[in-house]
Amino acid sequence: MSHKSDLIATDIEAYLESHENKSLLRFITCGSVDDGKSTLIGRLLYDSKMIFEDQLDALERDSRKQGTQGDRIDFALLVDGLAAEREQGITIDVAYRFFSTDKRKFIVADTPGHEQYTRNMATGASTAHVAILLIDARRGILTQTRRHAYICYALGIRRMVLAINKMDLVAYDPSVFEGIERDFLDFAAELGGDLEIEAIPMSALEGDNITEPSERTPWYHGPTLMDYLETVPVDDGLLSSAFRMPVQWVNRPNLDFRGFSGQIASGTVRPGDRVRTLPSGRETTIGRIVTQTGDLDEAVAGQSVTLTFTDEVDTSRGDVICAAQAPAEVADQFQARILWMAEDAMLPGRRYLLKLGARTVTGQVSNLKYGIDINTLEDRPAKTLGLNEIGVCTLGLDQPIAFDPYDDNRLTGGFILVDRLTHNTVGLGLLDFALRRSGNIHWQALDVDRATLARQKHQKPAVLWFTGLSGSGKSTIANALQKKLFAMDKHTFVLDGDNVRHGLNRDLGFTDADRVENIRRVANVSKLMSDAGLITLVSFISPFRSERRMARNMMSEGEFVEIYVDTPLNVAEARDVKGLYKRARAGEIKNFTGLDSPYEAPETPEIRINTVDCSAEDAADQIIAWMDERGMLEG
Amino acid sequence: MLTHLDRLEAESIHIMREVAAEAENPVMLYSVGKDSAVMLHLAGKAFYPSVPPFPLMHVDTTWKFQEMIAFRDRKAQEMGMELLVHTNPDGVAQGVGPFTHGSAVHTDIMKTQALKQALDLHKFDVAFGGARRDEEKSRAKERIFSFRTAEHRWDPKNQRPELWNVYNTRIQKGESIRVFPLSNWTELDIWQYIRREQIEIVPLYFAAKRPVITWEGSQIMVDDERVPEELARTAVEKSVRFRTLGCYPLTGAVESTADTLEAIIQETLLTNSSERQGRTIDRDQAASMEKKKQEGYF
Repeated sequence: MSHKSDLIATDIEAYLESHENKSLLRFITCGSVDDGKSTLIGRLLYDSKMIFEDQLDALERDSRKQGTQGDRIDFALLVDGLAAEREQGITIDVAYRFFSTDKRKFIVADTPGHEQYTRNMATGASTAHVAILLIDARRGILTQTRRHAYICYALGIRRMVLAINKMDLVAYDPSVFEGIERDFLDFAAELGGDLEIEAIPMSALEGDNITEPSERTPWYHGPTLMDYLETVPVDDGLLSSAFRMPVQWVNRPNLDFRGFSGQIASGTVRPGDRVRTLPSGRETTIGRIVTQTGDLDEAVAGQSVTLTFTDEVDTSRGDVICAAQAPAEVADQFQARILWMAEDAMLPGRRYLLKLGARTVTGQVSNLKYGIDINTLEDRPAKTLGLNEIGVCTLGLDQPIAFDPYDDNRLTGGFILVDRLTHNTVGLGLLDFALRRSGNIHWQALDVDRATLARQKHQKPAVLWFTGLSGSGKSTIANALQKKLFAMDKHTFVLDGDNVRHGLNRDLGFTDADRVENIRRVANVSKLMSDAGLITLVSFISPFRSERRMARNMMSEGEFVEIYVDTPLNVAEARDVKGLYKRARAGEIKNFTGLDSPYEAPETPEIRINTVDCSAEDAADQIIAWMDERGMLEG
Repeated sequence: MLTHLDRLEAESIHIMREVAAEAENPVMLYSVGKDSAVMLHLAGKAFYPSVPPFPLMHVDTTWKFQEMIAFRDRKAQEMGMELLVHTNPDGVAQGVGPFTHGSAVHTDIMKTQALKQALDLHKFDVAFGGARRDEEKSRAKERIFSFRTAEHRWDPKNQRPELWNVYNTRIQKGESIRVFPLSNWTELDIWQYIRREQIEIVPLYFAAKRPVITWEGSQIMVDDERVPEELARTAVEKSVRFRTLGCYPLTGAVESTADTLEAIIQETLLTNSSERQGRTIDRDQAASMEKKKQEGYF
């Protein structure tokens, strides 16, 4: 399927030759709900003769049945794909469209306008090089226009068409066009000076300035939309940047061949080039560029290739092969911008999977510095990020990774965040720069190490982590257990939720974000105590599985014992030792676990204690017996 | 400067390698058609000099053209890849076929149900498919990595965001991902690439004298003796070819003399109806494909 050309009928070979070597432009269309995006794309497909007769028949039929244009063809029906969308007349997801002209093939990401679909828009923008921002000439620049422009810019699009549409409805008045263009240029200056803008007056419905210059806008001398799309440079500068290739797959068909497969993210590579693999930092030389149809002398950004080295340098999936003289940076602490894409808010301190290129690591937002109001572009204080919110934050990873700033290279600077339980993609992030802090603070190696400290106390360190509802009996049991351990000459310490909140954590409240931070700090303190050789009893509600798992992962193998004080809510509430449930029920306490804040019960705790049938003394004995069986009380 | 075909090729290869690196038990669904031919060719390139690290699987409805089956077996052997063939045993036991049960029942039992059975049987977590976004309106909105619930359902309103070329391949137990490496290819791209790379396709795509009958408004090739006798008797020899390949009783032939690749492309470009018109299953209503996909049709 393509536009019609006489060559097809007269000389198909010549036609195919000329069309084999077209360039490819990916662009995104965005705008408000009724700005006419779908109509514009339908028009581009129609005018470039991309619609077959059977589709046209169906379109005419649908236009009469559901269309909004009377007897005329409703082009929007051609592109609004999902049944739900056609019924509601809105576009809820990115749709990809394809058309080609003599000069180029185009991939269009048609993206939804509503604010609640910002994440879908970002999906479309992430692979686009040009954005068409549709504006209804009657309404001018709207909040949505600014938001879309901001997201496109943030995701790296530096060329935008300001498609001032529905000029037919303002009588093709040049002053309307100029006014809107001026408003947008003022706004664009705030985004960044490197943005190129082309404003075009048009009517998608009437076909003005889409493929043919319109007689109704004699005052306009710029390109038509199609002229622009056919001539805008598609080179994004990556070809001339330093060489980068994330290793996707180690190609090892037999013992004699070891190749590294990946798609080149930037630059060029030739056999004999010196390269450095990161994060290890080892240098080597490119041996061959292997493809099925023979070795290449050179490969460039965008190509998927397999490279070999002249010597054995250990390299695996997720490493980045870089030009040795201009390698990427390596860091584990960053400043980054994050767009949150999940219903559940982002919580600083919670650990997420981070995937950048072919590397997946665990990381956390250690500090959310501020949010960005994408409607006004102003900073605003923020403790969490909700769906479609953007924030600037500090990011900490479990291990160092190779990267470039996102604005230099999308493929080595852009990452996604994945929830570790639901596996959903919950955020997208753009790395801005590495924070030197972690690089400058080295771990101080000490001569008296944790094993020595524990030996001195004749015990094995452990973290006994009590979790359960308020009033479940955690502190009572911990108290009884500590007394018994003391009697056995064990060195112990109890970290109690209420007590710690009087000191170390006095700045924290009870929102989800604060609860996560509360546990992060306590987990770190208990880690220090176990390093000191102590048996630490942690008595915190700690309602979220994710944070309990974080605490578990911090401790040495076998040192973390999760003790679930399993008291049903009605029993804990009936006891109500501190009178808290009564106050929470009366609305005096907000975010109370079990009532209006969730408690995620452990799925496989080491020890489960049923306090309905046993006393605190019995529970303490049960824990001691469990530890004894596993040799944890030997010294 | 890379051409559009170079870029499409590189993207598809990247997608396949990502699956090979991250999936536990991937499979490539091989339908023997021209899109599958391109997909298989790309798999060869993606992993060379290794053999692609996953098996091919063909859901055989038992009604495919005989030439397709011969081509399939030979290609798998040439590639050195394992070929898994699955047929719905319940359908066979009940004697399901297009002539006796109609296209809808046949397609559901021998194709949709059979595919689900095969994926469950082998516990594949990722299955490559050759679908393209330009084929049909609801496909235009489908992600390259498209998630299926444990019941193989697609939820179009709840798709994961897909950023850059970074794909989230994590799933819960029982869930699976359909991956479409040819998402961004158009029909013309496929033909141009077949020509550029000289990819072999099933001869049924080229015009030749074949015995055809008219059945339910389409010209059907008499491929074996299962065509009901009263219909088979009406067969006439015509120069025909096929624009898509599937079950022979459900695949309409077009009269043509195009017997070279260039002639086929010429005919495709000059033709006035879209590719899917030859397929009986899409005709009912606009949303039919979306419904079928939600139910698990590939």
